[in-house]
This record gives sequence, structure tokens and C-alpha cells, in this order.
Amino acid sequence: MSGAAISTKPAAGAKVVVEPAGPKPRKLTITRIGVYAFLVISAIYFLLPLWVMLVTSFKTMPEIREGYLFNWPREFTFEPWIKAWATACTGRDCNGISPGFWNSVKITVPGVIVSITIAAINGYTLSYWKFRGSEIFFGILMFGAFVPYQVVIYPLIIFMREMGLFATLPGIIIVHTIFGMPILTLLFRNFFASLPEELFKAARIDGAGYWQIFFRIMLPMSVPIAIVAVILQVTGIWNDFLFGTVFAGRENMPMTVQLNNIVTTTTGTREYNVNMAATILAAAVPLAVYFISGKWFVRGIAAGAVKG
Amino acid sequence: MARRRIKINPMALIGLTPMIATAVGVFVICIIYSIVLSFTNSRLLPNFEFIGFAQYERLWETPRWLISVRNIWLFGFFSIAFNMIFGYLLAVFMDQRIKQEDAFRTIFLYPFAMSLVVTGLVWQWIMDPNLGFQSAVRNMGFTDFRFSPLTNEATAIYGVIVAGIWNGVGVTMAILLAGLRGVDEEVWKAARVDGIPTWKTYLFITLPMMRGAFITAFVLQCVGVVRVYDLIIAMTQGGPGISTQMPAVFVIQHISGRSNVGLGMAAATMMLLPIIVLIAIQQYFAWRSRRRAAGIGAAVATLPQAQGVKAS
Repeated sequence: MSGAAISTKPAAGAKVVVEPAGPKPRKLTITRIGVYAFLVISAIYFLLPLWVMLVTSFKTMPEIREGYLFNWPREFTFEPWIKAWATACTGRDCNGISPGFWNSVKITVPGVIVSITIAAINGYTLSYWKFRGSEIFFGILMFGAFVPYQVVIYPLIIFMREMGLFATLPGIIIVHTIFGMPILTLLFRNFFASLPEELFKAARIDGAGYWQIFFRIMLPMSVPIAIVAVILQVTGIWNDFLFGTVFAGRENMPMTVQLNNIVTTTTGTREYNVNMAATILAAAVPLAVYFISGKWFVRGIAAGAVKG
Repeated sequence: MARRRIKINPMALIGLTPMIATAVGVFVICIIYSIVLSFTNSRLLPNFEFIGFAQYERLWETPRWLISVRNIWLFGFFSIAFNMIFGYLLAVFMDQRIKQEDAFRTIFLYPFAMSLVVTGLVWQWIMDPNLGFQSAVRNMGFTDFRFSPLTNEATAIYGVIVAGIWNGVGVTMAILLAGLRGVDEEVWKAARVDGIPTWKTYLFITLPMMRGAFITAFVLQCVGVVRVYDLIIAMTQGGPGISTQMPAVFVIQHISGRSNVGLGMAAATMMLLPIIVLIAIQQYFAWRSRRRAAGIGAAVATLPQAQGVKAS
């Protein structure tokens, strides 16, 4: 699973060995207790921030000022959540984080659809309709997976401005499609390459053309890899910050950018409870995707980290 | 392209147009354009008055950049080292036929589902000097307890490292655990027969056998480190002072607010350099192993660039 996603060698990418390979445990020994102690302490480190976020978001400001970070709220209040969603201020606008949420939806939904459609076509063409040069372009694209964004961002700004796409919704969607393309193309290419070739040959003999084979045979078969791709892209685009700041413009500011603005531009007293409620709201969608998708998420994770 | 062995299907060419446009337009032309601009004195808008390496000379005299470079090494070294050690430890402990493995896995991995902005903001709150972790521990009676790395120029970067590790360790764990599970059961049997202690087996036998998984995790970490931007913006905005500046932040600042595109592009080109070196090294090894395998005469056109990580 781990390397299959990055290796350009075709692989099914779904080989997960479930059985632990370690030595068989004896009874409850000191070592066993040590193992569990280590895991539980680690789990606490990982869960602590989530706990802090949750309890802080339900506390009142006077209670927060007492400085008991980890305590369960004494007076339970939903006020911070309502404020975070609807009335928290960024600069002069006081509409909370909700506009950011809808902007993120407007960016993520078409972004996911467009990027995955193009990547599926790429993978299909690279697997079955190779032509001289197609592999070179793929090689360049793979190189792109490792290029720091900062190297291409400025020319891209100039280009988008020339095309009239800078700070527009189509503009940011195109940017997400571009930077999602290397890893998604690789995913689909490896997937299609792992299918039996007879399938394609039979369809060819029956006289099916390029698009027919794609839509009637390959697309329906690629559902498993498409699910991985959707998980990858939904979390990736939703969590994006850099492209949102640079390319989305004020009108389409995604949730992450707005969250950062709410937290960092507060004038006067900082309302930590409102900030934490807003933070949870911004993390809610990818977290929901994670908890619902479970194992699928793990499958996509090695691939997704390349995009990081 | 003089002699085509395979006839190009026009539909295939249409289907691949977005990819070709991206590969050539973004990952060739844009990169070249950036590099060219680094040799000009472009300020807010691009111009083509070439000034040689002057921007690079200036760059390496700019404290903000020097701090950025120092930070990326510090951040890279510590976060990758901790990620690998902590990740491998977690993987090994997860491999002990423990109960509730899925629950632990879910807990270790969920931070990765959160954005780095969220990660940065949460840890910034935890590290708040007045109301965060420090005050919570002090309220328990340890009145001298000190933990506020972000307020101090010397320690701020370590605060960022802690948050970064929290976000990414689960991924390393997942990759290394998959690698551990890929080690042949026979190896374990042989080790037991020879009476080698478990910890020694993990350290000296299975670890070297998992080179692929480690390289995968390492490459993912490296790419993440070079790109680190969101975390800094959310946690420290590069401060206090310029103590947590990073190259990625430096570039963005110079093409936007500071409007010094030439200098920004020189910095961006410097960011590309390590990636190029890594790819060149990998290409060299791929070429060497291909030459060794040439005897077989396999005409399989191995793909160049991304071959770096072959774990499976």
C-alpha cells in the first residue's frame, strides 16, 4: 500500500496485510503493560488538542481567563458557536465563518469533479493509448509533484491575470486542478494499468472508440480508485490555504483563509472560545470525511501526503 | 517525433490536452519564467532588465532569508528525525497484536485530516503563555512551570516543530506499519530460533529490510518540509521578529506585500535546487540499476522522475 501509490510501477495498491507480523505475545507481562502505556500516552498527545478545542469552545470568556485549559466547562454555552458561524468579524465584515464555508463548498465541489475527471482521462490514455511523447509529458507531470509551489506561483498569477481568471471562482478551480493533477493522474494510471488488457482489446475488436471505451467500460470499473481520489481531493482542496490566499480573491475566500483572518485580526480582547469554535467548524468537513471513510482514507493517505 | 511508431489517435491527443498543457505550461514554462525573472530587477511587475546574479548576491545578504534557510534546516532535521523515530516506535508498538488497533490507528491519524491552518491555530492556543498549557499546569500547583515556546525568538521554531509532528506522525506510522507487515514471517521465525531478542530484531533485522517504506516516508516528509507555509502563517506569522521565517513564506511575501519579484524569484529558484539535486541523485541510481539490468534486454521503458520511491 505504502509505496504503490508513489511508485510509477503499476500496482493494485490495495494489498493490505492485516495480520501483525510481530512475535506472538505471551500473557500480560511487564512488557505488555509497557506497550499499552506507550500507546495510551501517545494517544493522549494526539487527542489533547481536540479535547482543548472542544472544551474551550463551550466555555465562557471569564472561565477561560481562569486559565484551566483542560477542564470541562462549568457553564456550558453555545454562544461562541453561534458567534463563530454568524457574527464573528474579519476586518469590517461581521458575518462569521459561514460565507467561508459556502465559498469552500463552491470551490471544492467543482474542483473535485473537474480534477478527477481530467485525471481519469489522463490515466486511461496513458495506460491504453500511449503515443510517442505521452510518457515524457507524464514524466514532467511527476516532476511537478515534487516542485515547491512557490516556484510556479508567480508566473501562474501573471497568466491568470492575463486570462482574466485571477481572483475568480474558475481561476481557483483551475489552480486546484493543476496541482492535484500529478498525484491523481498517477493514481488512475496505476489503477488502469493493473486491469487485464484483454478487457481493452475485446472492446477494440467490438469496434468501440476512445470515448466509448472510457465511458462505458473504464469509468464504471474505476469506482474504487475514484473513491480514494474523491477523499483525497475533498480533504486536500478544503484544507488548502496557500492557493486560497493567492488565487481566490476576496469574494471567494475559502474557509481556511477566513478562519485565519478571524483568529489573527481580532481587535481588542481575543475571544478564544469563538476562535476554537470557528476552528472546529473549519475542520469539521475533512474530519467527517475521515471518520466516515476509514480504511479508504488510509489508502489514499500515502498518495495525498505528496500533495501536502 | 520524426518517425512515429504508433499512430496517434486524435481523440487520445484531445483527451490528454489538459495534461500536456499543465506539464508544459506550468511545470516547464512557469519554472523557466521564474528562473529568468530571478536574473532581472523586477519589482512589482515583471520586466526583463537583466542584472546577472545580483539578486542572488542580495538574497544571501538578506537576514530574513538567512534566517529562513537556517529555520528550514532546523525544522527539516528535527521534524523528519522525530517523525521517523516516533513513527517507527508507534508502528512497532502497534505491531504487538494489541487490542483496539483500529481505535489507536484512528487516533494517531486523525490530525492529518485537519489542515495545517487548524493545526497551527490549535497549538498556538495551547502554547498561549497566559491561558494555555503553561497556566493550566501552574494552576495545578507547579508555579514555576514554563512552557511558552512561541513567545521567545530562540524557541519559537521548536513550538512549530511540535505542531508539525502532531499533524504528520500518523502518516509515517501508517506507512511504516504497512512496511513491517510486509516483512516475511520466516524472518521472525528465524530470529526466534536464533534467540535474538525482539527489540534487536526490530532494530537490526526488520528495519533495514523496510528501506522502501522508510524512503517513501522520508520523501513525503521532505516535500512537506520544503512547502511549509500554512503552519507558519497560522502559528507565528514568521515571528516573533523574523525568528520563524521560512523560504516559502519569504517568496510569497516578496511577490505580494514587499513587491520585489526579482528577489522573490531568486529565493524560489533556491528552493527548487535541492529538489533538482534529489531527482538527479535518484536518476543516477535508476540509470545505474538499469545498466545493470540491461543484460536482460527488457525493453520496458521505465519511467524517469517519480521512480524515486519504490517501496512495494
